[in-house]
Amino acid sequence: MNTTAAASHDTRAGVIERRAARGDRTFLVATLVMALMFVVAPFVGVYPVFLMKALCFALYACAFNLLIGYGGLLSFGHAMFLGVAGYASAYTAKNWGFPPELAILFATGLSALLGLVSGAIAIRRQGIYFAMITLALSQMIYFFCLQATSITGGEDGIQAVPRGKMFGVLDLSNTLVMYFVVLAIFLAAFLLIHRIIHSPFGNVLKTIRDNEPRAISLGYDAERYKLLAFVLSATLTGLAGATKAIVFQLASLTDVHWSMSGEVVLMTLLGGMGTIFGPVVGAFILIGMENYLAGFGQWVTVITGVIFVFCVMALRKGIVGELGAWWTKRGN
Amino acid sequence: MQIFGIATQALFGQLLIGLINGAFYALLSLGLAVIFGLLNIINFTHGAQYMLGAFCAYFLLQGAGTGYWWSLLLAPIAVGILGIIIEKTMLKRLYALDHLYGLLLTFGLALVLQGLFTNYYGSSGLPYRIPDELSGGFNLGFMFLPKYRAWVIVASLVVCLATWFVIERTKLGSYLRAATENPALVQAFGINVPRMVTLTYGFGVGLAAFAGVMAAPIYQVNPQMGANLIIVVFAVVVIGGMGSIMGAIVTGFGLGVIEGLTKVFYPEASNTVIFVIMVIVLMLKPAGLFGKER
Repeated sequence: MNTTAAASHDTRAGVIERRAARGDRTFLVATLVMALMFVVAPFVGVYPVFLMKALCFALYACAFNLLIGYGGLLSFGHAMFLGVAGYASAYTAKNWGFPPELAILFATGLSALLGLVSGAIAIRRQGIYFAMITLALSQMIYFFCLQATSITGGEDGIQAVPRGKMFGVLDLSNTLVMYFVVLAIFLAAFLLIHRIIHSPFGNVLKTIRDNEPRAISLGYDAERYKLLAFVLSATLTGLAGATKAIVFQLASLTDVHWSMSGEVVLMTLLGGMGTIFGPVVGAFILIGMENYLAGFGQWVTVITGVIFVFCVMALRKGIVGELGAWWTKRGN
Repeated sequence: MQIFGIATQALFGQLLIGLINGAFYALLSLGLAVIFGLLNIINFTHGAQYMLGAFCAYFLLQGAGTGYWWSLLLAPIAVGILGIIIEKTMLKRLYALDHLYGLLLTFGLALVLQGLFTNYYGSSGLPYRIPDELSGGFNLGFMFLPKYRAWVIVASLVVCLATWFVIERTKLGSYLRAATENPALVQAFGINVPRMVTLTYGFGVGLAAFAGVMAAPIYQVNPQMGANLIIVVFAVVVIGGMGSIMGAIVTGFGLGVIEGLTKVFYPEASNTVIFVIMVIVLMLKPAGLFGKER
């Protein structure tokens, strides 16, 4: 800490600075704990395939949260990014012989491009309309994937995608190697999202979320900020989808379907919109639940719906949000 | 006989299917628009409530032997009452919050309803017979027009126009429109706005159930029948804009016809044409064809 900051201890700026430093420390500790848990988990009997699935969805939910939690934009069509990136990485890895890192990179880029186009259309309307437009656009993509059987394989999807060797050395057919690659991708993206949220860009984005007219009157081009947030969110969602396709060696229509868009909304809502750890918690709970209830067929849909209703009625801040509120109250 | 190299038989056949789909789009988007006008929420459960309408008719027939005509009246009332319960117990608590919570709640309810029905009735359709009075058809010379399909188009038009008339031309409708503009002021004039909101939701939902009963003989009774339809209807609503009742009706029928014609001329695009139109409309007129920016 430099001397000017030390001198300003009692000023308002000093208080904010200290609070921010404390927040940073909390974040750092929490992230380290989380990372440690993930590193240890496969060695204490947690099934790595389950962990990889949950991590991919956690990344998906974090990317989605960037848009809803910090941009205030509810997209109901994020499945299009997840699904299209999945197809792209599966197709290039299988048919063009791309190594996994290149397949994922290509798919993520494609998802960014799709995000740019669909975002430019969707941000023309706000609120409820925004949700409906993203939903309609993703349904359009769904039908496209259903019909473009030469690329997507239609109902069968793209199966038996080779995992290959990452950077030519990491043999991904080994489950543990694959797991740590997924973990690395997740943690990198997670830190990037944290960085984005706390950057000047992130602060402007939050301003727009809270009071768009004021942000505009301060001279910020709200549309461009929203579009960039949308593209970032789409890109990271694409990263999740591309990784998921390599992990499961499969890209299918399930990932483009609107129910997948609904699922990510629920993960984020359950964990806590606008909290950095919320989506991770939400994703692990829902994926865990689906894993255990897999034999119950349509009851999963019913339970998902019930959780949705419960969250909206009684748990609007989500689990992490409520815990955070309780912690702050206790601290005061 | 051929027009643009397409047999007229096929052309008129698809035009008829387009009109039928349009009739459902119109009824459903009308309900959505009425609900949105007063409650400011997008009713995601609309598709599930449409499905409930069809199931109601099915149960009435199987359980009590009640025929199509009574179902047409009873199913909307039953589903409307369920809607009123939903509004009274849940939606009501969300009005003070961001409108997106209404969307999320109704989405959750749609999942619950669709999941429950899929559980008990599977995802293959249950047949529902066309009532005797409406079986058969007319031979118009250039095409065969099944009586039931003609009925669906006419009935939907009548219901849509009646709704338009009530909202735009009667005293009750003027209260409704006033409450849409400024609920606090209307309340101050001694009109029970919360009750009006409840009944409006019940009515909008009833319209969905009415459409469901009419759809039962055409599409069979299926738990998922509303799930995909509702997304298309959302696109219809975005295209039309939610500013006007007549707009919802015209857009609904118009898009149904366009979709039907696409099936004739370029079948590959028939699933996506409405979404493409939505994109174009958004670029040219973001508020929708009949909408007002607000």
